Amino acid sequence: MDRIPILKMGRFLLVTIQVDMHDRLALALQDDLTARISETGARGVLIDISGLEIVDSFIGRMLANIAAMSRVLDAETVVVGMRPAVAITLVELGLSLQGVRTALNVERGMAALEASVEPVGRHDRARH
Amino acid sequence: MIVLGTDTLTIATDDDVVRARQHTRQRAIECGFGLVDQTKLVTAASELARNTLVHGGGGTMIVDLLNDGGRRGVRLTFADSGPGIRDVEAALRPGFTTGTGLGLGLSGARKLVDQFSLDSRPGAGTHIVVVKWK
Repeated sequence: MDRIPILKMGRFLLVTIQVDMHDRLALALQDDLTARISETGARGVLIDISGLEIVDSFIGRMLANIAAMSRVLDAETVVVGMRPAVAITLVELGLSLQGVRTALNVERGMAALEASVEPVGRHDRARH
Repeated sequence: MIVLGTDTLTIATDDDVVRARQHTRQRAIECGFGLVDQTKLVTAASELARNTLVHGGGGTMIVDLLNDGGRRGVRLTFADSGPGIRDVEAALRPGFTTGTGLGLGLSGARKLVDQFSLDSRPGAGTHIVVVKWK
């Protein structure tokens, strides 16, 4: 089965969804991401959905699940790049993506993750 | 009202739900829908096709391109011969769920289209027709 690639960049994991996902692929991503967070100790997850033409209730639930699971594993999730037509449709559908942090684009999403995680080495400095 | 074109898709797997979305998108573009209306119709198609698969045990989606005195539209018909819906009114309420979803499938799909009709009885399957006009 296909998998959506998860890239590691420093303390963060990066996912770019570029295909029209069938439901099993979305569920596999959920599992893969939680496994990678626990393996790598990543502090943040950035999910770029600019390639997604729609977000329906299933994909919405997947995004909310990922955010909730990563929070439990001490990682922040930011979803970026939602297309305007998708945002309009989501609101009309009644889907509020509760608990999911969003940012306009990858750059702002990264900035949000950086800001939410303690700077590297702060612990060490505090100890001395 | 004239039907300009009809396609029938089988919905039996996850991949068929993806195909249902792509097909609906194609017809919406042919109909001249703008991006927002395309997105709304495709999202509704995705919800309903998934319901057909998950709750109806599979079925069909028929896509019709309509012309009603110069007004164009897309009609989607979802049919399955699954267990049917016991309480249709409850099933259409936002937040109603049989367990796995957010309970926004039916109620959400209804909000995204111009016409919506649902016919279902326990044991007799479910038949849903939606239309979106340009």
